[in-house]
Amino acid sequence: MTTGAVPRLPSTPFARTVWMVLRKDLTVEMRSGEIAYTTLFFAVSCVLIFAFALVKEGRAPDGGAAGILWIAILFASTLALGRTFERERQAETLRALLLAPVPRPAIYVGKLLGIIALLAAAEVVLLPLVDFLFTARLFAHPAWLIGIVVTCTIGLAAVGTLFAAMLVRTRSRDMLLPVLLYPVVVPVIIAGVQGTSALLQPAFDVAVVRFWLLLLVTFDVVFVVLALWTFEAVMSD
Amino acid sequence: MPKWFNPAAILCGLMFVVSPVLIARAPDESAMGMVYKIYYYHMPSAWMFLLAPLVCGFSSALFLMRGRAEDDRRAWAAAELTVLFGALTLLTGPLWARRAWGTWWVWDARLTSSLVGWMIGWAYLILRRYGGPGSDKLAAGVALFGAVNVPFIYISVNYWRTIHPPTTVVPRLPVSMGLPLWFCVFAFLLLFVLLMTMRLRLEHARTRLDALYVALDE
Amino acid sequence: MSEAARPSAALDFTDITVDEVSRSFGRRRALSRVSFRAGQGQILGILGPNGAGKSTLLGILATLLRPTSGRVRYGSLGDTQGASLRARIGVLGHDLFLYPELTARENLEFFAGLHGLPEAGHAADEALDRAGLGARGDDPVSTFSRGMRQRVALERALIHGPRLLLLDEPFTGLDDASASALVARLRDLRRGGAILIVATHDLEIADRLLDHALFLRDGRPAASIAQPERLRATYQDVMTRPLGGAGS
Repeated sequence: MTTGAVPRLPSTPFARTVWMVLRKDLTVEMRSGEIAYTTLFFAVSCVLIFAFALVKEGRAPDGGAAGILWIAILFASTLALGRTFERERQAETLRALLLAPVPRPAIYVGKLLGIIALLAAAEVVLLPLVDFLFTARLFAHPAWLIGIVVTCTIGLAAVGTLFAAMLVRTRSRDMLLPVLLYPVVVPVIIAGVQGTSALLQPAFDVAVVRFWLLLLVTFDVVFVVLALWTFEAVMSD
Repeated sequence: MPKWFNPAAILCGLMFVVSPVLIARAPDESAMGMVYKIYYYHMPSAWMFLLAPLVCGFSSALFLMRGRAEDDRRAWAAAELTVLFGALTLLTGPLWARRAWGTWWVWDARLTSSLVGWMIGWAYLILRRYGGPGSDKLAAGVALFGAVNVPFIYISVNYWRTIHPPTTVVPRLPVSMGLPLWFCVFAFLLLFVLLMTMRLRLEHARTRLDALYVALDE
Repeated sequence: MSEAARPSAALDFTDITVDEVSRSFGRRRALSRVSFRAGQGQILGILGPNGAGKSTLLGILATLLRPTSGRVRYGSLGDTQGASLRARIGVLGHDLFLYPELTARENLEFFAGLHGLPEAGHAADEALDRAGLGARGDDPVSTFSRGMRQRVALERALIHGPRLLLLDEPFTGLDDASASALVARLRDLRRGGAILIVATHDLEIADRLLDHALFLRDGRPAASIAQPERLRATYQDVMTRPLGGAGS
């Protein structure tokens, strides 16, 4: 045989696989920065376009800020997902990952964490921007805001990563991703917009925010588990 | 086609022909008069519109677990019926709503959830049509996600005010309103089963044709 | 649906048997009743024009595709072993499976890590040396020529010491020196007891290399020849023969 090194176990442990996939994705992204910069720029453009379209006499429509924020994040995440998996398609590296003796759901989790990191980086810029442009006082209740934003992002990413991975070798995948993704993440968008809106009300009602947060957490748990279960089946031919 | 198909089809056709008679003889609802009668078609198609995605989601889960083509065929047929009965429901509903509520559409829980569910059905069909080879497994994944999503869609939309009539309308109807309703429900259910059977036969035949093509090439 | 990773001794096998394997995509039949056996220390060539089904066959052998009918057996094991079976298979695909933004060393370390090698960095260094690219280890793969990338990709496929090595058109785009180096490497691997299956239409290079040749035509096995010689002439003959006559 060729190398002296022999694998210890017949297959690599789950957590280690997740960490390696995540680290590889972050390394690749930091080298080129392509997806991060373009996603961020696109999201900012989105917000600005909405500002031009909807602001009348210097004032945003009521409750508009939350909607604009989440639409921009949704569109940006669609692009980011498409590009991330396009990259895996180029040298067929996704196939190489599937050939490795790793538990396949771990590949999903690694990719999911990478997408979440990317979206979080974009949100760090978007939230202050929306706050500033629409004088929205988003940061009045920072802990709740972070809760809503994090759970909502996880929900979008969980479904989006699975669908984007499924579509990697499908024709018309660029068009199909939004077609498939948007109806399924309707509850996440509703919860995100309503939850964020509730935070912007002068009379802040904790019960409302808590309800949406709970719904989002439940959605995240259910759909991540479902995706872990489904990933192997949809990735094999 | 199975032996029961033709008699059942004739029965279904007769039931649909007879139903307007039964409906016309039911008493008018006081505020709305004749328009109320569309309810007799709207309710059953709404129920079929609920049944179809359940069948689709369940068959998709089976397909992902077992990989059997018949589960996939059933899921595809059920998705088409989702879109069909959804269209009927979303068409007859606003006709009723216009007289009952004075508006064609409201964004309440049930209507909005129905619309989103209908869109997921369309998304499934678009994927099957344009996704190329391998889209059977992907569509099954989408259907499964869509089916599991139903309670989330409903709860999230439901947090807003709803003005859809409560479900207890049916038991409270006097028998003369109830009988035509159940008659129509049975007719629609029969229609559902007939369409499903036809579609499954079509798909089964297509699979056998593919196998014959492949065998011819051997 | 998920597979259990059993922490027992790694699987190994000494031959691979393909038994009446067919694969169709809807109406299109990609492979039809292919059968062969390859043992350790052998190089089997799969030859045929574009669209003959070579990549499909390799995909099935790599456990990425399931056959529509027929079976593949790895020694006495079926293909249900999942991750532990994949640990014994190495694939050099036509698309090389390398991340262009990462350096050669990073690519090798990543895949070594995925395969659970205890010292991924060390294994990567050794692999780079074997590829003769020790000096360029820290350059991104996107700056490499096709031949250099091929060498890295080959080391990547071999880094976990697989028993079965599948190569899909490995000589494409290589100059003479690189092709000769690859041939020498494959011969070394054969001496080491690996099972090598090479799909190619580079007949001149394959001529000196193969222990056995399987000719595919439209997904069907057209001929199966041990110790093939004068491959180009044989190939012309097999490909223009009327169908229905299988070779020895």
